[in-house]
Amino acid sequence: MPGLAGLFFCLIMNTEIKGIKKLIVNQSLELDCGKVIKNFPVAYETYGTLNKNKDNAILAFHALTGDQFCTNINPITKREGWWTFAVGPGKSIDTDKYFVICANVLGGCMGSYGPKEINPETNKLFGTTFPVITIRDMVRAQKYLIDHLGIKKLLSVIGGSMGGMQVLQFAALYPNLSHSAIPIACSASHSAQNIALNELGRQAIMADPNWKKENSSPDKGLAVARMAAHITYLSKKGLEEKFGRKLQDKGSLKFSFDADFQIESYLRYQGATFVDRFDANSYLYITRAMDYFDLEKQFNGNLSLAFKDNKAKFCVISFSSDWLYPTSENKEIVIALNACGANVTFVEINSDKGHDSFLLDVPQFLRTIREFINSTYNEVKK
Amino acid sequence: MKKEFEVISKIIKNKKRVLDVGCGDGTLMEYLKNSQQNDVRGLEPQKNLAQKCISKGLSVIEGDAEKDLIQFPKKSFDYVVLSQTLQAFLNPEKVLDQLLRIGKQTIVSVPNFGYWKVRLHLLFKGTMPVTKNLPNEWYNTPNLHMCTIKDFVNFCNKKKIKIDKSMCLTNEKISEITKKNMDYKNVFSELGIFLIE
Repeated sequence: MPGLAGLFFCLIMNTEIKGIKKLIVNQSLELDCGKVIKNFPVAYETYGTLNKNKDNAILAFHALTGDQFCTNINPITKREGWWTFAVGPGKSIDTDKYFVICANVLGGCMGSYGPKEINPETNKLFGTTFPVITIRDMVRAQKYLIDHLGIKKLLSVIGGSMGGMQVLQFAALYPNLSHSAIPIACSASHSAQNIALNELGRQAIMADPNWKKENSSPDKGLAVARMAAHITYLSKKGLEEKFGRKLQDKGSLKFSFDADFQIESYLRYQGATFVDRFDANSYLYITRAMDYFDLEKQFNGNLSLAFKDNKAKFCVISFSSDWLYPTSENKEIVIALNACGANVTFVEINSDKGHDSFLLDVPQFLRTIREFINSTYNEVKK
Repeated sequence: MKKEFEVISKIIKNKKRVLDVGCGDGTLMEYLKNSQQNDVRGLEPQKNLAQKCISKGLSVIEGDAEKDLIQFPKKSFDYVVLSQTLQAFLNPEKVLDQLLRIGKQTIVSVPNFGYWKVRLHLLFKGTMPVTKNLPNEWYNTPNLHMCTIKDFVNFCNKKKIKIDKSMCLTNEKISEITKKNMDYKNVFSELGIFLIE
């Protein structure tokens, strides 16, 4: 392949604006929808140091509303990164030891090619003229970043929820590009229930009169979408324990539609703060990508074929109280991996915190990923 | 490592694909993997034990043999190991069918309920035997289907399961079980280890 070295030279333009690192990929990428994109930005962040052998790199995929700032303080939102419990010096994914890469997905709103960006052809915001993207498109876009960083083989690919779907897609696309793969609280095919819940969120956004209006954003709709989704990330037991029927103001019911209950107030707060940091159209596009995800279908109804000849060590993790991506769906992945003789570990973590468990301080979970990654690294170094 | 695992490791030798059903904290798996370069997987129902396997870098699937063995393809392992667990299943017969399906060969060990100490315990004390290999009381034992070495051999014969090797353990000593010494071994052995297919 004589042109390959040259290709890498012209492939990349690296910029950093306002704390957001961007890789401008000037190669063309044909999206699953058929549209070909070129000169598109992939915004990313890295933590820790890539060692000489370049064998300590971990690619972390973010979930629906995450971004590339998985730990430390997000320079844009000024809030803690979404995986602060897991990623950092001395933490489960130890940045003293490992080089952690995290990129904003295509369709996202933290600098990567997405509906919030300017369409160079029209010089206007993409908005809903943005092409529909898929999980596969997201993963293929991030592959350019791995190439750019000169990494031949990752130590691990890891992610929860939609991040987990990207892990599975990555394993299917690039069977030899990672020593291990850790899909967490996810599914190989988005379920009808999950499509339904995503549709609820999208309809809330599209029902907002401000949607598609110039210079305005459907904040109310997006907030409602977030509130509905947020409920699905928790568990009934967790809600009972945290809120029960506790009232917001200690007095009695107000006989109005104000937020009487603490849970109402909590959800309203979640909705209100979300709109400050997230783009409504990104929400539409990314939930659509999740709904379209069906790895089994990509391999003609046989999920095992997605992992055929994959030598990576897999560690599938689910949570007992996750009803959005329940253990049974995670186990489907394990079954497919076993059916093709892949090297697979599976554990269900006991937690009352629902789907959100993977983002929270759940010691057994954090210990599992720490030990799995460390043992994988020890084997790689052997 | 306990003698039983030494015996099992010797049967398996090197560089084989092995599934350890009810792998516990992974002691046997660790040896098979690190000292004999076997490609080993474990199945373990208890979370804390599965966790221990992960910390040792072993590939373990948290799951229940009675439900989860079905997912493994036919003859996908050179050896399937079931150490002192057969008697704890609700349906040992079904589990054994699965083991034989998945493994080219299967190694099963059973605590011998025909061991003389067990017999005497019941005969003289009149209470359910509690011994080194059967440490639980009747009300908290996981063992639902105790059998003797003879029971297991009869069962294999009845089911037309081929027994390639039958061995027994007494006081850390290993010996062969033959047709001739069966009645004797059934009284004086604590544990039977069988290689079947």
